[in-house]
Amino acid sequence: MDKEFDSGPVDDSGRYGSGKAQGPTARVRRLRQQSLDAEPSISTERAVLMTAFYRQPRTLVSEPVWRARAFRHLMEHRTVCILDGELIVGEKGPEPKATPTYPELCCHSLEDFEILDGREKTPFRVSEQARREQAGTVIPFWQGRSMRDRILEAMAPEWHEAYQAGIFTEFMEQRSPGHTVLDDKIYRKGMLDFIADIEAAMDGLDDSADPLAWERREQLKAMKITAGAIITLGRRHAEEARRQAGLEKNAQRRAELEEIARICDKVPANRPDTFHEALQYYWFVHLGVTSELNPWDAFNPGKLDQHLYPFYRRETAAGTLTRRAAEELLHCFWIKFNNQPAPPKVGVTAAESSTYTDFAQINTGGVKADGSDAVNEVTYLLLDVIEEMRLLQPSSSVQLSRKNPDRFMKRAARIIRTGFGQPSVFNTDVVIQEMLRTGKTLEDARNGGTSGCVETGAFGKENYCLTGYFNLPKILEITLHDGVDPQSGKRLGPRTGQAAEFKDYDELFAAFARQVRHFVDIKIRGNQVIEQLYAHHLPVPFLSLLIDDCIATGRDYHAGGARYNTSYIQGVGLGSITDSLSAIRHHVFNEKSVSMTELLDALGSDFDGQERLRQLLVNRTPRYGNDDDRADDIMREVFEVYFGAIDGRPNSKGGSYRINLLPTTVHVYFGSVIGAMPDGRRAGKPLSEGISPVQGADRKGPTAVLRSAAKMDHARTGGTLLNQKFTPQVLKDEEGLDKLVQLVRGYFRLDGHHIQFNVVDAETLRKAQASPEEYRDLIVRVAGYSDYFCDLGEALQEEIITRTEHEAF
Amino acid sequence: MTTGIVFDIKRFSIHDGPGIRTTVFLKGCPLHCPWCHNPESQHPDPDVMLYPGRCIACGSCVDACPEHAISRDAEGKAVTDPALCKRCGTCTEHCYAEARRRVGQEMTVSEVVEEVERDRDFYEESGGGVTLSGGEPLSQKAFALELLRESRERGIRTAVDTCGAVAWSVFEAVRPYTDLFLYDIKHMDDAAHRENTGAGNRRILKNLEKLSALGHAINLRFAVIPGINDDEENIRRTGAFAAALPNRHPVSVLPFHAAGGEKYKRLGQSYTLGELGPPQDHRIAGVARLLEAYDLEVRIGG
Repeated sequence: MDKEFDSGPVDDSGRYGSGKAQGPTARVRRLRQQSLDAEPSISTERAVLMTAFYRQPRTLVSEPVWRARAFRHLMEHRTVCILDGELIVGEKGPEPKATPTYPELCCHSLEDFEILDGREKTPFRVSEQARREQAGTVIPFWQGRSMRDRILEAMAPEWHEAYQAGIFTEFMEQRSPGHTVLDDKIYRKGMLDFIADIEAAMDGLDDSADPLAWERREQLKAMKITAGAIITLGRRHAEEARRQAGLEKNAQRRAELEEIARICDKVPANRPDTFHEALQYYWFVHLGVTSELNPWDAFNPGKLDQHLYPFYRRETAAGTLTRRAAEELLHCFWIKFNNQPAPPKVGVTAAESSTYTDFAQINTGGVKADGSDAVNEVTYLLLDVIEEMRLLQPSSSVQLSRKNPDRFMKRAARIIRTGFGQPSVFNTDVVIQEMLRTGKTLEDARNGGTSGCVETGAFGKENYCLTGYFNLPKILEITLHDGVDPQSGKRLGPRTGQAAEFKDYDELFAAFARQVRHFVDIKIRGNQVIEQLYAHHLPVPFLSLLIDDCIATGRDYHAGGARYNTSYIQGVGLGSITDSLSAIRHHVFNEKSVSMTELLDALGSDFDGQERLRQLLVNRTPRYGNDDDRADDIMREVFEVYFGAIDGRPNSKGGSYRINLLPTTVHVYFGSVIGAMPDGRRAGKPLSEGISPVQGADRKGPTAVLRSAAKMDHARTGGTLLNQKFTPQVLKDEEGLDKLVQLVRGYFRLDGHHIQFNVVDAETLRKAQASPEEYRDLIVRVAGYSDYFCDLGEALQEEIITRTEHEAF
Repeated sequence: MTTGIVFDIKRFSIHDGPGIRTTVFLKGCPLHCPWCHNPESQHPDPDVMLYPGRCIACGSCVDACPEHAISRDAEGKAVTDPALCKRCGTCTEHCYAEARRRVGQEMTVSEVVEEVERDRDFYEESGGGVTLSGGEPLSQKAFALELLRESRERGIRTAVDTCGAVAWSVFEAVRPYTDLFLYDIKHMDDAAHRENTGAGNRRILKNLEKLSALGHAINLRFAVIPGINDDEENIRRTGAFAAALPNRHPVSVLPFHAAGGEKYKRLGQSYTLGELGPPQDHRIAGVARLLEAYDLEVRIGG
């Protein structure tokens, strides 16, 4: 997602922006505040329970059944938490923001705990007891036998070298392959129905006809155990609610607790019949999936407005539910997400600034399975909730089809204007094209959407796993040194020629393309092994029973059980690589104003004493983001090389590799491992993020950025991420909101995949004053016109800063 | 091919007419309003603007200047002697740091229209198009006419932001290719108009009446300049005039802004309005109320 999410909860001011007459109820305000105030901490409960389970003598059971029993052990013994006033119940840890760890996957060292406890940003408090349990129980058992240990052991030396050089990252070394989203099946079926499906599948197995029937039976047995375990978790919450009801003096709360007990007895065992039951059911499923392992990114309910609409319509028509009551339940549901910080990392990544957000992205809008406009009353209700809650989690998105009304987008624009980075906006019509291209049925494509940051998937039917980021600019640095990483002096890639001897740009680009393919191969070779390690050692029977067609095929989610199986490698630094190649082409080969040797010398010295040359590279290079075909054509060539190196290659699950272009925050890390670049970027500075231009490179306003970005074929990706900045004044009035809607519609007409808006605050303007070069693209409304902030005189800049402070929403 | 002097092409222009627009700024203006926030637009020929904050003291411009008009100060930064500078712009070619930028370049109609056409998708989604502004765009009559005709030919809607101080024949020529005029009214008193802008207002108001009589779409624009045109009498006369036009046109009240002051410095010109600040919000609201009393559709801001 984006960097502003690094600083924890977005807003704790208690400010509610919806303009709805009533606002959240007192209960919701209190629970929300409690969520904001709760300090993230490490809970060792899960780790200790898993350790105790794994310590038992391993009887003659298959791996999936063993994992299923471990899950059952957890559901039977974990703390059950119902907080005062809650309507939706259940926490992943023993209390809000008490965050479990997953030692079977990666085991935190005591040093990791110290870092998590002490780091300035996004810390996790570690109690003395947690330290003791980690040292006395967890570490002695898991050290050297976690999945992470297995993975690092199994990787080839070339993989380790490239990984250490920062050429790519590996998602699965700390979190399990996840990244899937639920469809509507749980609103039609209780866990007992799933068990019936599992039993039917088992009955259908015939060992004489199917040589893999034994393996399928074991997988199905495991799924059945976990379905029972989640029913147990529901019943344990019912018991706790009844216990609290027995002690409760307040009649209203007692009635609420009795209702909670009734609901938790009913779901997840049975199909939900009410709005409240539907939400509570989903929440138990969420806890199950995110407790079984720690899948990237957090599971989420997907198209929640569509899932809830039948309940809402039926109950409001019958008079058993009011909009206000539904809204309160949704508020409670939202707070539940915010209580679950993303699982903290281990090793070097624990030291880096991280984020609490776990990227659960609730979708609104889009189209129905029959292709018609899916916006309904619950869509608007959800948008109200998003605005009123202003919480870091869950994240939210607007799925905008050309069939959706402008009213929908304009409602979302009002929230965007409040400046907390949500909701992000996706182009449904292109998302569907992306899915059709990769073989989904039309119906599955329409029922799909986006999740995590921007990733496209067929909800409830696809394992679309992000496997790691790929550092495109680093490859150029290595290409310019004939396969050697100048930061370490090590040879990492093949010899593709001395840069000074390239006769023309095409030779350089061909060498770059060869290096890209070389490192993609290393990455994919590693991925294949890692995917199989998960399939063999950490199957996920609970997640499997939720995703089609794991039950029907008797295969685990990690082993290709999903209907569609996609592995993504996410390209990073598109703007930086394009501008760097463009600078070389323009200045070295076309204008011949700089020789390759001079350029390499300047890069090697980080432009020491070469400021004029650096200014030439920065200001006189055709750069991506200005609708300049000289640069944008290079971007497209880079895209084709990257796409060609990855797309369609088989993964271990019977599916294919695909590309994505998104960075989360890795563009900072990837920049830190690269020296100065030909685009004038100094050594160690962040790369461009997503498919956005290099910071400050775009000088022609947002439509030019969108036009540049749209020149790549988004339909051949599984998601691209584009950030745009605005100051509040631009979006101040109705007309400004209309123009934002029109801008989005224009980009989507060009088949752009995604756009999100950061409304710039006064602090950002101060930064722009201090380092204008990085903010050359920042447009502010001056008076009856807009201008680049950095081009304004200081007095005027000051005035605009003051105005921005006053007009913040 | 007709060419003209363009000093900026601003895309995603959202305050100069309906929808998302591209505004093409043509250089040269018959008026010389001291409050002009685009002083670089006034002179018909290219100018050089200075951004001393960006100077990296490389000295390249000093060597490049054919007039020897540039020297270096104590910090090594470039300083131009305005008496020697002939605005040839040679220095801007050597200034990679963009501390010296040329304002105004000769462009052909097709170069401009090709740039304009790039945002067609956004115009079509928003009901936008191209706006010619300046300077006074109609002072480059043939170029403006060609731009409008060629834009129309390509299905792009057009607007012209004008001060009105051109011959009626120019309006007659461009009118068939212009969807909307954004028409400035600066002062109702002819003498005050002349004193402040360098020209009287008779022709401006006459052109406006004729244009209105022809039923053309016009948005009137009234920039409120404190102490110059914001007295009650002038505002009432403005309202009465607008109300008496053959057709009704919406009026935009635009608060003066000192933003241009910085640019005068960059052009090496003096800025005569000194410390004049923007009118207070209640003053602007007051102006709007006075105008509304004439049954006009008034909006504040562009």
